[in-house]
Amino acid sequence: MTSIAKPKIAHPSLPKNELGLTRRDYEGGMSTLCAGCGHDSTTAAIVEAAWGLSLRPQELVKLSGIGCSSKTTAYFVGGAHGFNSVHGRMPSIATGANAANRQLNYIGISGDGDSLSIGLGQLAHAIRRNLNMLYIIENNGVYGLTKGQFSAAADIGTKSKKGEANLQTPIDPVLLALTLGASFVARGFSGDKQQLVPLIQAGLRHPGFAIIDVLSPCVTFNDHEGSTKSYQYTRDHYHPAVAADFVPKAMAIEVDYADSAVVPLHDGSQLRLRKIDPTFDTSDRAAAYTYLDAKLQEGEHVTGLIHVSSGADHELHAQNKTTSRPLNALPYAELNPGPAALSKLMARYR
Amino acid sequence: MDPTDIRDSDHFHRVVDCQWACPAHTDVPEYIRLIAQGRFTDAYLVNRESNVFPGILGRVCDRPCEPACRRGRVEEKPVAICRLKRVAADHREDIRALLPSAPTPTGRRVACIGAGPASLTVANDLLPLGYAVTIYEQWAVTGGLMRSNIPSFRLPADVLDEEIGFIQQMGAEIRLGARVDSLKALIAEGFDAIFVGSGAPRAKDLRLPGRDDSPRIHSGIDWLQSIAFGHTESIGKRVLIIGVGNTAMDCCRSALRLGATSVKVMARKSRQFFKASEWELEDAESEGVEIVINHAPKAFIIENSTLVGMCFEEIEYTIEDGQIVGERIVTEKVIPCDDVILAIGQENFFPYIERDLGIEFDRWNVPVVDPATFESTRPGIFFGGDAAFGPKNIIWAVEHGHQAALSIHLKAQGKPIAERPARGVTLSSRKMGIHEWSYKNDYNPSERRLVPHVALAERFKKLKIEVELGFNAEQTALEVERCLNCDVQTVFSAPACIECDACIDICPVDCLTITDNGTPDEVASRTKVPRLDPSKPLYVSSPLKATGRIMIKDEDLCVHCGLCAERCPTAAWDMQKSKIHIPHASLGQAS
Repeated sequence: MTSIAKPKIAHPSLPKNELGLTRRDYEGGMSTLCAGCGHDSTTAAIVEAAWGLSLRPQELVKLSGIGCSSKTTAYFVGGAHGFNSVHGRMPSIATGANAANRQLNYIGISGDGDSLSIGLGQLAHAIRRNLNMLYIIENNGVYGLTKGQFSAAADIGTKSKKGEANLQTPIDPVLLALTLGASFVARGFSGDKQQLVPLIQAGLRHPGFAIIDVLSPCVTFNDHEGSTKSYQYTRDHYHPAVAADFVPKAMAIEVDYADSAVVPLHDGSQLRLRKIDPTFDTSDRAAAYTYLDAKLQEGEHVTGLIHVSSGADHELHAQNKTTSRPLNALPYAELNPGPAALSKLMARYR
Repeated sequence: MDPTDIRDSDHFHRVVDCQWACPAHTDVPEYIRLIAQGRFTDAYLVNRESNVFPGILGRVCDRPCEPACRRGRVEEKPVAICRLKRVAADHREDIRALLPSAPTPTGRRVACIGAGPASLTVANDLLPLGYAVTIYEQWAVTGGLMRSNIPSFRLPADVLDEEIGFIQQMGAEIRLGARVDSLKALIAEGFDAIFVGSGAPRAKDLRLPGRDDSPRIHSGIDWLQSIAFGHTESIGKRVLIIGVGNTAMDCCRSALRLGATSVKVMARKSRQFFKASEWELEDAESEGVEIVINHAPKAFIIENSTLVGMCFEEIEYTIEDGQIVGERIVTEKVIPCDDVILAIGQENFFPYIERDLGIEFDRWNVPVVDPATFESTRPGIFFGGDAAFGPKNIIWAVEHGHQAALSIHLKAQGKPIAERPARGVTLSSRKMGIHEWSYKNDYNPSERRLVPHVALAERFKKLKIEVELGFNAEQTALEVERCLNCDVQTVFSAPACIECDACIDICPVDCLTITDNGTPDEVASRTKVPRLDPSKPLYVSSPLKATGRIMIKDEDLCVHCGLCAERCPTAAWDMQKSKIHIPHASLGQAS
């Protein structure tokens, strides 16, 4: 927790985006998390990504549940919409909001507790629905807010601060998302913004459900020796498989890497992928699963963009053939066709 | 790139921009904090240690500290450092009991020529060490140009008397009305050292037609002196001042107080080339002085032995990149006047120094003086103040005095004077507990306070009414908050860093970066935000434990808010107060 306010001054040569805003304009309130929390770096990466995309703050919706991670929506893009839901129920709120207004950008922030324990069912169904949102799990392997018990993401054998080892098998959100057919699956590390920022940008632009599992160490309860989610362990067992560069629509592509692939996104921007491990193929879901599973056995955290496929054709609104306009833009007569239309509809079910 | 050696005092000294810019290295943030605590006497003494005359300099210093102030980079205006100095001087208690007194005399004798700031500083530094210091002054008053050339409406005589009185109380013998006519004779008296602090007392002249034909053409510094000594009490209604330096500003404002109704300052070039300080120009203009640009003087117009006006050529300049690359005369015009005051500069004058003493002079008749030791080419004879390198200002004279005194003291002990004692730096943490720091690190966005002035109608009634009133309590309370505490340094310990990025994310001015090591140019090019001033220091760490990358900090815009240290989980960043140790003879570091 920090008692000093961040001064409202900035470096005079801070770059401006297309809207004439600086990175500072995408900040939110002062973080009250522990000093050195990975979540704060993830917040900074979101700020950087939103600034880089020139998002209008009023076109962003921040959603979260309960937990240290879920507090962080207060710390970025102060001008955005926000909803802080009950524990594990953020995907339902996101689904409702997205159904009502499909033109906004939805970003959900959750933790390993909020998503993999109490909210696992909610997460699974949001993936099935292919809700058009970016879902970030700030994953530190512990329940920080209740003083460091193992979460569902804790690896077998990882030690608690007191020295006890975890015996239960972890739920890996990336493997889970692959199993459930998510069309954009990535893993990042709070300590590597060069990798994380383009992933967030691509996830925000992906037409469908984009999930990023962000390894985000808990500096207070899970940053000791014997932990598999500490800063040091993460750096030592950090295995970037594919580097992703987000190329905004307006920017010319200057270089093409060997072993690279370009994925077009729905707004004209592109995702350029550069293979670090030549045996890896991001478009092959089954292969990605096998690769991850094998690396997991070696104790390696595979990071980067792990799987991406087109999500546009089976995204929530496409599945349900809903109107292309947000509900608040529909004339009242269209939104509420009246009792006659209702009777006609009801007659179909008799 | 090698890590920064923070044991070298220069690194953190340069971060304290004001202290680095001050010729005498006054510990500005320290005294501002003392003022904030209401400890005016302590604030005064911190000042006095470096600049000897806080009351005088708090009014008339040329303030090289203010353009350097960090606040002027993150905001528009710097902290009003000079005016805060005056607050300390105005509100302190009687410090006479706190002055050092001389121990038993050592028998060493030093003579100083001229009772200006340079000589007085030499006396101030050497008296506590047991030297007998005799100051020879040609006029009947002390202070040199501080008294004769700075009008009393800017610097009241009682301020001068008190601060010079302190040095007299310490035991300086000031012989008034004792002009030195022969340096050779003075040397023959057997002093251990002689310090020449006789200033640059001769006005530069403007040799134009008619110059010698009227008594109403005055030399600026001589005219100001005759006002100070009470010989001149009036002037004509229409006055022209030639030149646009700080002396010209004093002349035009003095003329208004002696009865002039129309005062024009005639400048040869345009405003960007003026030598006067911006605030002195503002003060003069606010009193109704007209500043006329691009007028080069051509001739004095004398009719029937009376000065009636002056002829000028109006010039048009071609300026490229701030440099004059061409000029042409547009027209010629006569501006009527009753008096003309020449304020176009001043120079050294040493009629009493025989040229066979082994003291070398260069081709401009300026003595050859070592810029570090202040010794002339004749061992034991030192120069300082305007006498050494031509006209500068008071704060430079004070520093010359300190250095010359140090040389004299080293020499007296048989030590080589070219080997200057090293500066030092000590660091001490300001951490008091969790979220607790023993300095005020909240950024206060207040704008610079303006010093209240005596009303225009009031101030012209008498010559000696001091125009500036000094900050009141409310203004002082706000202005001290504007200081960014640049001496509370961000100190980094690489082995403790876990590279969590917390400091980088929180820094309000983006001055931190973790990056791969490389050549100095490569590293300097990788700062998170492009550097504004590449000449400002970069703080480079040793390789970090986890990745071997390095932490770099651009010191240029850091506001010393301490958020990096506040957010650091391992206390790799700490806020530590730096104290720069500047060797002086009187502080015992040389002995």
